[in-house]
Amino acid sequence: MVAIREMPMKEYVLKGNAACAGCMDTLSLRHALKALEGDVIQVVPACCTSVIQSLWPKSGLGVPVLNTAFMAAAATASGVRAALKVKGRDDTQVMVWAGDGGTFDIGIQALSGAFERRTDFLYVCYNNQVYSNTGTQRSGATPLYAQTTTTWYGKTEPEKMLDLVVAAHEPAYQATANAAYPRDLYDKFRRAREIHGPKFIHIFIPCPQAWNYPVEKGVEVGKLAVETGYWILWERIGDEFRLSPQSKRYQDPSKRKPIEEFLKLQGRFSRLFKPKKDEKKIAELQAYVQHRWDILLRTFT
Amino acid sequence: MKTMLMSANYAAARAVVSARVEVVAAYPITPATTVPEQIALLDEEGIYKGEFIRVESEHSAMFACIGASSAGARAFTATSSNGLLLMDEALHWAAAARLPIVLANINRSVSPSWNIHVTHDDSMSKRDTGWIQFYVASVDEFYHTIIQAFRLAEDERVLMPVMVSADGFVLSHTVSPFDYLEPEEVDEFLPPYKPPHWVMDPDNPISHGNIVFPEYYQEFRYQMHEGSKNSLKVYPEIEAEYKKLFGKYFGGMIAQHRCDDAEVVFTAQGTVGAEAIDAVDELREQGYKVGVARIRMYRPFPVEEIRKLASHVKAFASFDRGVSYGFGGHAANDIRAALYHSPHRPFVKSYIGGLGGRDVTVEDIKEIILATVRAVETGELGPEETWHDLLE
Repeated sequence: MVAIREMPMKEYVLKGNAACAGCMDTLSLRHALKALEGDVIQVVPACCTSVIQSLWPKSGLGVPVLNTAFMAAAATASGVRAALKVKGRDDTQVMVWAGDGGTFDIGIQALSGAFERRTDFLYVCYNNQVYSNTGTQRSGATPLYAQTTTTWYGKTEPEKMLDLVVAAHEPAYQATANAAYPRDLYDKFRRAREIHGPKFIHIFIPCPQAWNYPVEKGVEVGKLAVETGYWILWERIGDEFRLSPQSKRYQDPSKRKPIEEFLKLQGRFSRLFKPKKDEKKIAELQAYVQHRWDILLRTFT
Repeated sequence: MKTMLMSANYAAARAVVSARVEVVAAYPITPATTVPEQIALLDEEGIYKGEFIRVESEHSAMFACIGASSAGARAFTATSSNGLLLMDEALHWAAAARLPIVLANINRSVSPSWNIHVTHDDSMSKRDTGWIQFYVASVDEFYHTIIQAFRLAEDERVLMPVMVSADGFVLSHTVSPFDYLEPEEVDEFLPPYKPPHWVMDPDNPISHGNIVFPEYYQEFRYQMHEGSKNSLKVYPEIEAEYKKLFGKYFGGMIAQHRCDDAEVVFTAQGTVGAEAIDAVDELREQGYKVGVARIRMYRPFPVEEIRKLASHVKAFASFDRGVSYGFGGHAANDIRAALYHSPHRPFVKSYIGGLGGRDVTVEDIKEIILATVRAVETGELGPEETWHDLLE
């Protein structure tokens, strides 16, 4: 794994950007762009990053950024890739940087189409499990019982298992990452960079605004997601699957912290604890952790 | 230049080769389907040298064109009806991004009910997107107007996308001779693409489309409007050059036939405007002073040309193959609006017909022109709007 001192010093996420305090999307983007070393055209549909990059005529990012419509990121990237091919620039990365709404929901058709066409690009879904840019409405990535402004008493369905949908397209490279594990994230972007074909990286992004935790706790929340087994770090090069070491140790359920530790830090799950603790729902979420592991390992191993 | 025998759709695919298009992204829809089919064949046979992205929807087709154009490639798509409507967001996007994309629209009725034949409602409903719009009347005109469209769209004074519309089936599936130009011949008129606009380039990173607050947004829109209007002076220059180079001319923004001394002028978009030439010639033989003005460029609307015509005619019979529901014929309304601030305000009778591909014959057009002649003779405008050939 890369040491922090080995990462390039050059910054591509610039000072003066418009991110919220404690933004974990911006943190991930910082390490992702370091890994790609600027040779990238970044396609951004409607999402938090459309705001974070800051207002015209300034730009808070040191790479070319093409903003596009909510449902059109992967289609736009397909066009960029085709143009680069015509110009003979096959080594420049085309990277979509899209939220969970733009990926799980409104953008999934374009994503599916671009992957089926074996488009050579990297699609990144930075997933904070909610439409946070529009004020925290539920998305297809919102977990069971999370409160949002369209599920005030908690969502009644679990999230879509998007990774399985993506895997059905047999991408050249697929990985999960977590904003709280920048070295792992960096390595995965480095690997993606060397592979041609449709590539997908799914990043877990704690969001202080939408999840209602103190802004300085982003890394802590992100780590708890892995330590409780809630978010599993893995990668797949072609059909070669491997659990990332950070998650490998939590394959054994007895090593995992109880899900409650992850939930209780976040206001979006407050109804599970107030006015009185809802043991049944917490147990359901605990059981769902194992369900995710079972599905993942059954599918890929 | 060599004469080929093809449908308008096949000719459009050839125009893509002639214009050295670099990226095509398209999705099949009747009656536009044979455009991407032919491009696919030309691609697989190595005659078309660019990239062809076989996308999964029209929305993606236009956004792939937007991506390609943003990265500096000459881009093209073709569609019809519901496909064009699905692109709506992307059409606004392409125009606001000032990307010189060219779209061949094969006019088809909008559903429901399913109907694959011509009505102009699809493209007419897109007249406010910022796209420059042409309506053509022959296979030859379709082919050459597509080539001209790139030159117009890419002109720095314009920098707006261009939509060239042809009537579904009447042109799209009707084989007719046209004069084909090899890419090497077209080069002099339309050189290989060097983008005159911003491009996505890691060596010179810029961002496009980020947030603009109220203090600047309006100015971007003003520039779009000016760019669109500039095509009213740029297109005649382009057409003059094209005529000089290739001997091809289709009549400017409004193609006129026997209008000089006409008292009644029939206006239409698309093939009905060509059909009207026969109607006018027959009526002229009977002594009627009538003419036809076929509106080729509909956006921007050629206001001055209409005013010039209005200065010497007594009535227009405007024929629309589409409807702005609740306000009538698209072109009729625009003609009336163009004349409000003009000293010459002849009668403008509005006729709506030919919807869903219903035949509009020479006899139909003569009937419409004669009804307008009678209005002039009696001094009675009669109904402002008439649905021609409407079943009781």
